[in-house]
Amino acid sequence: MTEFNFELTKEIELLRLVTVGSVDDGKSTLIGRLLVDTKGAFEDQLMAVRKKKRADKVSSAAEIDLAMLTDGLAAEREQGITIDVAYRYFATPKRKFIMADCPGHEQYTRNMVTGSSTANAAIILIDARHGVLAQTKRHTHILGLLGIPHLIVAVNKMDLVDHDEAAYEKIKADMAEYCAKQGVKDLICIPMSALTGDMVSVRGDNMDWYKGDTLLETLESMSVLDDLDEKPFRMPVQLLNRPQTADLPDYRGFMGTIASGTVKVGDEIVVKPSGKTSTVKEIVTFDGNLQEAFAPQSVTITLNDEIDVSRGDMLMHAGQEDSDTKALTANVCWIGDEPLENRNKYIIKHATNQIKAMVSDINFKTDIHTLAQDEADELAMNEIGSVSFKLQQPLHYDKYADNRTTGSFIIIDSFTNNTVGAGMIV
Amino acid sequence: MSEHKLTQLKALEAESIHIIREVVAEFRNPVMLYSVGKDSSVLVHLARKAFYPAPLPFSLLHVDTGFKFKEMYDFRDAFCEEIGADLIVRRNESAIEKGMNPKEFGVARCCGALKTTGLLDALEEGGYDAAFGGARRDEERSRAKERVFSMRDEFGQWDPKNQRPELWNIYNGRIHDGESVRVFPISNWTEMDIWSYIREEEIPIVPLYFAKERPMIERGNMLIPYYEENKGQLLEGEEPKMIMSRFRTLGCSPCTGAVRSDASNMDEIVIEAAAARRSERETRIIDHGSNSMEDKKKEGYF
Repeated sequence: MTEFNFELTKEIELLRLVTVGSVDDGKSTLIGRLLVDTKGAFEDQLMAVRKKKRADKVSSAAEIDLAMLTDGLAAEREQGITIDVAYRYFATPKRKFIMADCPGHEQYTRNMVTGSSTANAAIILIDARHGVLAQTKRHTHILGLLGIPHLIVAVNKMDLVDHDEAAYEKIKADMAEYCAKQGVKDLICIPMSALTGDMVSVRGDNMDWYKGDTLLETLESMSVLDDLDEKPFRMPVQLLNRPQTADLPDYRGFMGTIASGTVKVGDEIVVKPSGKTSTVKEIVTFDGNLQEAFAPQSVTITLNDEIDVSRGDMLMHAGQEDSDTKALTANVCWIGDEPLENRNKYIIKHATNQIKAMVSDINFKTDIHTLAQDEADELAMNEIGSVSFKLQQPLHYDKYADNRTTGSFIIIDSFTNNTVGAGMIV
Repeated sequence: MSEHKLTQLKALEAESIHIIREVVAEFRNPVMLYSVGKDSSVLVHLARKAFYPAPLPFSLLHVDTGFKFKEMYDFRDAFCEEIGADLIVRRNESAIEKGMNPKEFGVARCCGALKTTGLLDALEEGGYDAAFGGARRDEERSRAKERVFSMRDEFGQWDPKNQRPELWNIYNGRIHDGESVRVFPISNWTEMDIWSYIREEEIPIVPLYFAKERPMIERGNMLIPYYEENKGQLLEGEEPKMIMSRFRTLGCSPCTGAVRSDASNMDEIVIEAAAARRSERETRIIDHGSNSMEDKKKEGYF
């Protein structure tokens, strides 16, 4: 056994990935391939999905039904389709990957939004025989709206087009053109065959014309650095910590996960929306008090003045706050069964705050084929558009482009309690 | 690496603490399921971190089958006492009185009565609207599809085809009367993460996880722990042997196997986990069969 280095494991970076694709473009096979090649699947799990039930060992990925490895629900295996987002975990010596595997079925676009919202990078599957489809465009548009920094286009099933470079180049050009309109910054196209494994983790012998990295090399080397700590300090308050025990009778701490920026002991703090100010007394954690904390740490902050702070309030640095407003406009992905309509009332959950909201205007609905902004009086399930809301109370928010945590919200139907929409503030 | 960067374990820790706090903020009466295993140890540790310096704002609930290893009961009582946790133990007494056991009634019926029914009864009795569990998505393929907030209807049942979308780190905790949620704060942790975190944080775990010479029955690939009290388990021709072994997961003694191992401390366990080629659930009899975990989950099992 090679020597195990505990120090090196501390350098392992976390990369959150999402894979999306249309029906039958080989997504489950690709994920199965990644799990097998990185040893993210165990032998007994592989044995359970082997093609020849009498084989007593599995020695190559070709011997197993890769899709069976990932389709977790009985209905999925029966119908041969993926219904729900599944989360997969695999690691290389450099990185741990959390991969949300999203179904390609049109009616399940809501699951794709679920899987994509926290991702740093996305893999979009395209069948080399079919090229860029309407579904591909819809998915790419949603990934763009959700602000995924890196898009990897996996041009799959190259073995079925004789590994033809021209077929790959056509898809690459089409995607480049579509992505340019979306403002996607980092686009990488890789030709591959998930079935044979070419260009997934090994290069293979069939596509010497391709000079770029394999998929796994790309995943291992792409930048995961964010500038979260350089943004203004924001901490949505989750709870008050008031132990009221004999040794801590008057303790009042504010618990939360830092959404962005850094905070130090002594910093001048303003509480929104009340506008009250104080300074940071302590940054408390179970492992000892900190002098400085940064996103995305979960901490408890105590202040030097006894001011009113409650759940839903936001702590920030004095001088770095914008004004609160009782209105907002956002790009909305609608995922409810009933359409969003003008003057409908909903509950918006923004960070740790729940407030009542009314649709004041549907500014436009996006045609995902042409990206045209069409006039609309409703947004139906799976539609995307720009919506303005009137809020019952003032809210402090940021633009989604500036801050994925304080610029996002979910829309809840107050009658069914279901999550019916995802909003990204503009 | 920038100085403002969390290790991946610390990033997972921050995410889990966020989830635990959201539940306490939004639910009336949460409870934390405590199974005494390693994942429970991590979950309780995260909860203590979340509310420090205040004590845990909810009870720990152990749904006991009466079939746990003696070492687990000893550990449970000492651990809860040490951290000052309020421990509630509930058992399906009527099934236990009738002599429910996996050998005579089958594993599925035994689990259904002692675990699922025991759990649903305990949740109803306590009137809990949220129950934390230590399930991880990497454990089993139907668990890979579970949300962090998993909605349950009035009968405690899961509808995998109709789950709420879950976006960013915003969790929708709104439910109707009678409904409840199961919450899985360590969804994104892998077995390797759990062991590494236990090692780094020096979290106490049941001694059965550490290798030592133990009396075992060898049956096929399985190592079945042997106790004086369950001599009856021996099949024709079997004889207990002292074998250097440990447990990767802990469940009920008749249905949990051990593995051959020399890993007797946390460093060695982490190294062993990193090299493992077979899944930890393999030593749990309940998971075998094509849809067994999914069916049990729909019925209300964790």
